[in-house]
Amino acid sequence: MSWGDDFRRVRAIAWKDLTTERRSKAGFNSVAALGVTILVLFGFALGPDTRALHDAAPGALWLAVLFAGVLAFNRSYQVEIETGALEPLLLYPGARWTIFTGKLLANLAFVGLMLVLVVLVGLVLFQVSVPDTWPLLIGVLVLGTVGIVTLGTFYAAMASRSRAREVLLPLLLFPMLVPVLLAAMEASKALLVGDLMHEVGAWVQLLIAFDVIFLIATHLAFEYVIEV
Amino acid sequence: MAELTSRLAIDAQGVARRFGARWVLRGISLQVRPGETVGLLGANGSGKSTLLRILATLLRASSGRAMISGHDVSTDADAVRGTIGFLAHSPGLYDDLTARENLAFAVAMLGIKPITIDATLERVGLSAVANERVRGFSAGMQRRLALGRMMLAKPRVLLLDEPFSNLDVAGISLMSSVIGESVRDGGAALAVLHELAPAAGLINRTVTIADGRIAA
Repeated sequence: MSWGDDFRRVRAIAWKDLTTERRSKAGFNSVAALGVTILVLFGFALGPDTRALHDAAPGALWLAVLFAGVLAFNRSYQVEIETGALEPLLLYPGARWTIFTGKLLANLAFVGLMLVLVVLVGLVLFQVSVPDTWPLLIGVLVLGTVGIVTLGTFYAAMASRSRAREVLLPLLLFPMLVPVLLAAMEASKALLVGDLMHEVGAWVQLLIAFDVIFLIATHLAFEYVIEV
Repeated sequence: MAELTSRLAIDAQGVARRFGARWVLRGISLQVRPGETVGLLGANGSGKSTLLRILATLLRASSGRAMISGHDVSTDADAVRGTIGFLAHSPGLYDDLTARENLAFAVAMLGIKPITIDATLERVGLSAVANERVRGFSAGMQRRLALGRMMLAKPRVLLLDEPFSNLDVAGISLMSSVIGESVRDGGAALAVLHELAPAAGLINRTVTIADGRIAA
């Protein structure tokens, strides 16, 4: 198997996941609706205090992405589990990591789209103005999303064989995501509210390290977690 | 001995498997030669499908050894996957993709030429519904499409779990014809069967599993 073969398999899986999601419609609508609902509920909980809304905006945004993302991660294997398509998928000859990469790319597109929606709603709802450092903020959003989606896609594979997968996935995933969530929230807050302690660089470095380590580790370990 | 083993399409030696404390297979030894179609019979829960799944690399044996065309199913699984065609009880298709898209996905995963898609759809009698989503297909149509997907890569060894279930008379004839062609071309087939009648003209011999062992 050459790199060209691996790339073709990755592309096929990402296309298949995105096409089935696009056609089923229920997937993106429910995930996006949950993300927006969480933001609205945070808004109600914080009340009309503009300062409190400002300060809480990064945390609310990332938690909305996380909770809605869990729905998306569960769905990424649900189609295969429900239709029995996982076995044919595992029987294609070739590297198993390509299945993971394909699903990861599809989830990144899916959660990325949801993130855009959540950020737009969050900006309006929490009365946050776009900072001058918006390119860096986009970079933080991308790094945080890559970290969450990488581990989410991996643990969803691990939980997919369990009948209690909807409960198991958050139990496995949330503790592992503490570093990336903390770094993403703090970096976003520093960029939106003001970086008085000049700490953005350190949080971004942590995000990059987390993403690199877990992108490599999950690709290496995927073959073992998907083994029947 | 090694040469004989490499000539066998399927060579299982003392294959055993347990789930928890329960032994489902208790040392199955079974050989299938190229050009041979073997029917695997037995009561529900006797371990037929478990044996098939071990041979297909979908399940690990607790002990024993199994080879497909000279490739060990546990240590050379990727080569085995490139040799077998596995038809599971469930068709394992994507409901929201069309018949053509399901085959196109398989073609992309297998790395074979897309021109085989139309010929395959024609062969399994689904050309007229090629662009319809599988969600609306009957169980028999899904079975035909799963058969077409399995045959895309021209596998040498067919592992078939109740291949005739959900098929009408024409479907049974098609399934028999496809299996027969593959075996005549030097392939081999091991088919889990609940009734022999549909496969009567196809099967060279039968093996019965009872209580996790070969009974006859």
